[in-house]
Amino acid sequence: MAFVAAVSKRSSVVRGIKRPSTPYLLLIPGLAWLAMFFIFPLINLASTSTQTPGDSGEVGVYVQTFRFANYFDAFSGARDQFLRSFLFAFIATVLALAISYPLAYAIAFKSGKWKNLLLVLVVAPFFTSFLLRTVAWKQILGNEGPVVAVLKFLHILGPQSGLTASAFAVVTGMTYNFLPFMTLPLYASLERIDPRTLEASSDLYANGITTFRKVTFPLSLPGVVAGTLLTFIPAAGDYINATLLGNPRTKMIGNVIESRFFDIVDYPTAAALSFMLMAAILIMVMVYVRRAGTEELV
Amino acid sequence: MPTTNPISPETRAIIRAQMSRRGFIAGAGGLGAAGLLAACGTKSSSTGTAAAVKDLSDTEKVARWANWTLYLDYDSKTKNYPTLEAFKKSSGIDVTYSEDVDDNNTFYGKVAGQLKLGKDIGYDIVTLTDWMAGRWIRLGYTQAFDAANIPNKTNILPVLQDVAFDPGRNNSLTWQTGFAGFGWNKELLPKGVRSVDELFAPANKGRIEVLSEMRDTMGIIMQYQGVDISQEFTEDQFMNAVDFLEAKISDGFIRQVKGNSYKEDLISGDAIAVIGWSGDLFQLATENKGKFDFAVPDSGGTLWSDNMMIPSTSPHKKNAEAVINNYYDPAVAAQVAAYVNYICPVEGAQAEMEKIDPTLAASPYIFPDAAALSKVKVFAALSPADETKYQTAFQKATGN
Repeated sequence: MAFVAAVSKRSSVVRGIKRPSTPYLLLIPGLAWLAMFFIFPLINLASTSTQTPGDSGEVGVYVQTFRFANYFDAFSGARDQFLRSFLFAFIATVLALAISYPLAYAIAFKSGKWKNLLLVLVVAPFFTSFLLRTVAWKQILGNEGPVVAVLKFLHILGPQSGLTASAFAVVTGMTYNFLPFMTLPLYASLERIDPRTLEASSDLYANGITTFRKVTFPLSLPGVVAGTLLTFIPAAGDYINATLLGNPRTKMIGNVIESRFFDIVDYPTAAALSFMLMAAILIMVMVYVRRAGTEELV
Repeated sequence: MPTTNPISPETRAIIRAQMSRRGFIAGAGGLGAAGLLAACGTKSSSTGTAAAVKDLSDTEKVARWANWTLYLDYDSKTKNYPTLEAFKKSSGIDVTYSEDVDDNNTFYGKVAGQLKLGKDIGYDIVTLTDWMAGRWIRLGYTQAFDAANIPNKTNILPVLQDVAFDPGRNNSLTWQTGFAGFGWNKELLPKGVRSVDELFAPANKGRIEVLSEMRDTMGIIMQYQGVDISQEFTEDQFMNAVDFLEAKISDGFIRQVKGNSYKEDLISGDAIAVIGWSGDLFQLATENKGKFDFAVPDSGGTLWSDNMMIPSTSPHKKNAEAVINNYYDPAVAAQVAAYVNYICPVEGAQAEMEKIDPTLAASPYIFPDAAALSKVKVFAALSPADETKYQTAFQKATGN
């Protein structure tokens, strides 16, 4: 949106000097891309979501009947997984924020010459496949892994219990996988803080805690909002962590959509669920961004 | 003997799906792209492709084969498939072998759109389980064999000569057959697992895994409840078994419901007893010095087959037929069976196996006798409507 506005603003400047159509022509590739890979699939998804099984009853054959009750049926069948997805995503986001904030703070203000190295380390996991990183957690938290061994030694875990195939493992995996998405925006906004504002704060006799509360944290809010969005949105739709680290009682909405699509070949319900997930996230994000009130973000 | 890969087949399949271009278009594009294909597809007729595909076999000496993981004799030293290499040399046909089938449903979901539109799905042979093979044949997604090109077809075991989903076997030939039953860790469960009650013993709580293949898991539970799964059964009978499964999941007995990757959980010790596949467990036992064992449940196991078929979209039918014919040669079939450890569908392979490994030739799990076969049943064919209804109930019970 901002891009469109910028382009049209500039076009009004050059208008009259050169052909006014140039900026619009330049937009064509982008719009065509958007139409082909976003709008067209979205329309098809919407059309699929109101279809019903054909007369033959053949697996995967559906006809358009504009049955909007599909949405109601889809939701009532997957309410638990919907709620669980948002709950898990929320916990993972809060945990990621709690871990990332001190980390980003340390990198931005305290790391000195190690700053670049630390930033590379934050991004380093991206060089490995998302799946392999998740599978690695299976081993870390596995019955033969180090975490279970330590917990058993401390008698926090009983001899028969484990950590994998649990809600704990799913949330851990999600927190870990989305951590860089939280850390980087936080770092970017913390790093931008003018040190003189902090000096001014101490000149006014504010102690460290007050300075953080009244100066650092408010100035880092754009990073907090960006980081939480970048973590929460993909986390809510994720199903890899639940597949590899969860059990049948920790399935998320992404798992339901996958199972509807591939196992049951129920395209309408899968499409309806996808739409509802999109809508739910959109609404939550809108409310959140409104309340957080960070204009600089968009 | 097979080599263990540190990554599970499940994971490999997901990675492959992410990386391959086809996977990117049909898979990672996800609901958007695939839903689009589905939406387009419904407009065309639901059965069959109108225009027959021209057979380019004489000019293009290639055949592309999609199969499951660890399902063809593999030499880890030379990193190739000996029987396939020999075939390539003798026939001059370049066979591209890929382990692209990880799950019947997922594979179908990936190629269904292209099949409907009559677009080449990129395979000349696909290897799918009975019920899925039945769906392909019913929908006209296969090409009928030219019997003259597969003279070895007559070597098929008598029991497999005629099957409900493909009378006369004009569209499919069995690749391998196997049992679903119990697998367990012998060190942790020295007494073994012979019945459903022993599988769900309180001591195993939280360390049991069952197959995501509905017919195998439900087939074993239903037989435990006294239902004959090879005959038409009632909805109540199926739903009783679903309730049983659901209770075992909500009580925390069942750790996960999954495909091939239960193997890695057995190895890591996260699972100690599973409903699994015979060949998998024998491969595991061989690789881990007999740490694992397999048994058909007392109340009855399931017998399934994977079948080679030529997709309706394949432009290399004759080449594909040559490949299929090759694997119905008893000597070649014995070589494959010695590696994969599943039931060999080829008559005369047992005699050939004697030359390779006499102990394997005596194995009831590769060459089952009447007594072994009497303990297993083939899951009855389901109508498309029942298929959807039961699969939905099964998926719901497993948390989806």
